[in-house]
Amino acid sequence: MNTRPITEDDLHAYVDQALDPARQAEVAAYLEQHPEVARRVEVYASQRGELRTALAPLAEAPVPPELDLRRMIAARRRPGAPWLQAVAAVALVALGGAGGWSLHGAVGPEPGGITTLAQEAADNYSVYAADGVHPVEFKADERAELVSLASRRLERPVDVPELSDLGYRFMGGRVLATEHGPAVMFMYDNDRGTRLVLLSRTMKADQDAPIALHRLGSVAECAWADKGIGYSLAGHANSDILHPLADEIRKQVAGRT
Amino acid sequence: MNDMVLLIEPLIPAMRRYACAFLRDRSAADDLVQDCLERAIGRWHQRRADGNPRTWIFTILHNLAVNHVNQARRRGKFVPLEDADEAALSQPASQDGALRHRDLLKALADLPEDQRSTVLLVSVEGLSYAEAASVLDIPIGTIMSRLARGRERLRRAVEGEADAARAPNIRRIK
Repeated sequence: MNTRPITEDDLHAYVDQALDPARQAEVAAYLEQHPEVARRVEVYASQRGELRTALAPLAEAPVPPELDLRRMIAARRRPGAPWLQAVAAVALVALGGAGGWSLHGAVGPEPGGITTLAQEAADNYSVYAADGVHPVEFKADERAELVSLASRRLERPVDVPELSDLGYRFMGGRVLATEHGPAVMFMYDNDRGTRLVLLSRTMKADQDAPIALHRLGSVAECAWADKGIGYSLAGHANSDILHPLADEIRKQVAGRT
Repeated sequence: MNDMVLLIEPLIPAMRRYACAFLRDRSAADDLVQDCLERAIGRWHQRRADGNPRTWIFTILHNLAVNHVNQARRRGKFVPLEDADEAALSQPASQDGALRHRDLLKALADLPEDQRSTVLLVSVEGLSYAEAASVLDIPIGTIMSRLARGRERLRRAVEGEADAARAPNIRRIK
């Protein structure tokens, strides 16, 4: 006989039926001659089946809504609930009337300007702040990683404003894509679990803009721009809460530059 | 993205099973799968169109699982074995063999991570040795030796010969 010796690997490949038929037969013949080894191989094989049976309920449990792939893809493609966008559109028209945009008539707000930024913050607030499971990609203790990634993507030093004196703790954040380039989002919450989102990106339009309060549906918004960097703070909060926070953020950013 | 739904959605139950059996923590497992799906959506267009979607998604999932375990370890979140979340894996004793299953799952939970991942991918998820090697980024020879050690350890544990072979570390990570 000129058969290769049977190896331990052969035994496992036999269990997993990963051998070619000729070798499978050789191993079977060997096992007939060696009942001790055969008994061990039999245990491996039944172990395989039993593990599958024992773990099957984990795979058979209904998939929770957080793991609905279609919904996740849709949320990423078009952030913001449709009703919110409708409300936002109405709000923008109302703002336009109040703010003198009617004079511009067909021109409308600058594309990518402060109103767009406010919209982006509101959209991301409604998607991520509502997420109970995974609101941020980088948690608070991964601040350094987030800051380094955001600084690289935004091509400027980015830092996390400290709002704990005003009762809001940093939760974490993520880097986002907008139509007008990369943006960084920081999320905060207070002791009652109220969340706020700060979104910041480079501004091509509206490079300097004073703090302005917007209200997009139930989301309150505070947006401004300094030296080409736009900021927008969004939350389900009163404007008298947002405004001091916006002032504080502006002060801290100005102190750094 | 329609092709992604077609190729990845059917794998979600298996991803949950793998994450839960590997982490031994059901809610952390679903967080992990969610994180994995988000990353997969972002990277879908970067993957090789002729690649194997199951190997691709399990590679992302496994790497996230290992990061999760390492992070928990860095934070010192060790729990005594008796306090480990056994409910995450155990099933109600409603059928014959439920006790056997409980012992087997306990033994699986006690395996070192490298052996546990290999046994899960090959025995439960049914990946080929080459696919498992690609997911774990190790040579096939290493897959074979981990598989052999893992299966033997499970056998001894279930057959009550585990005392000598049992890991010296009593404290395990949750």
